[in-house]
Amino acid sequence: MNHQRRTVLKGVGSAAAVGVAVAAGLLKPTAAFASDRAAFDAKGVDAVMKAIKATGAADSKDIVVKAPDIAENGAVVPVEVTSNIAGTNSIAIIAEKNATPMVGEFELSNGATGYISTRIKLANTSNVRAVVKAGGKVFTAAKEVKVTIGGCGG
Amino acid sequence: MAEPMKIRATLAGDVADIKVLMNHVMETGTRKDAKTGQLVPAHHINSIVATLGGKTVLQAEIGGAVSKNPFLGFKVKGAKAGDKVTVSWVDNKGDKNSAEATVG
Repeated sequence: MNHQRRTVLKGVGSAAAVGVAVAAGLLKPTAAFASDRAAFDAKGVDAVMKAIKATGAADSKDIVVKAPDIAENGAVVPVEVTSNIAGTNSIAIIAEKNATPMVGEFELSNGATGYISTRIKLANTSNVRAVVKAGGKVFTAAKEVKVTIGGCGG
Repeated sequence: MAEPMKIRATLAGDVADIKVLMNHVMETGTRKDAKTGQLVPAHHINSIVATLGGKTVLQAEIGGAVSKNPFLGFKVKGAKAGDKVTVSWVDNKGDKNSAEATVG
């Protein structure tokens, strides 16, 4: 394992995240999230968690990540996330081993329940991680999906 | 230009089950063209906004890791039959599309 490389990548990711967060904050102080694309440039799960302000997320059994155990085609992997945590206001999906791990963040409001269903690409066998924000706290859960044919080109 | 998208909104009790199918290539920017060997430029949806009865219920930021022709399903409590659902998206090249449907 090349630790130095990992550290450098982490540093780059967080520096970019701070830059964009500041820029977004200056433009729209109340809706920094809406224009924050930093998470999509972040490499590695830790950098993504930092970019979406979800560091230190607690594991939760109240989040159900539904995805196939084995996906034959990594280009289309159905994923369903259900959060039974009261006050869930955002669900993010992260494909841990993708070159761009951030899949998307879905902000829920005005009665939208803690449920998101979508289809994602997985490059390799990987954990699919859901990050739920509820009442100012962050929770997470993951499910491993085995991929036989990757879905990120190549 | 953008092709049409499909929205289906069904009501179960007071929860609207909304399913959206968008038409988009969702290129990640890391895939190579098989013939030329050149990278295919990134072209994917960036933002999605959904409203129900005029109120924003979902705001999403997504990247190229969402599959081609993205599918999105979500549920909204407190919906009534006849409520209007609108879904719109913007991609990284500034293309946009929107569609609406009625809960029923």
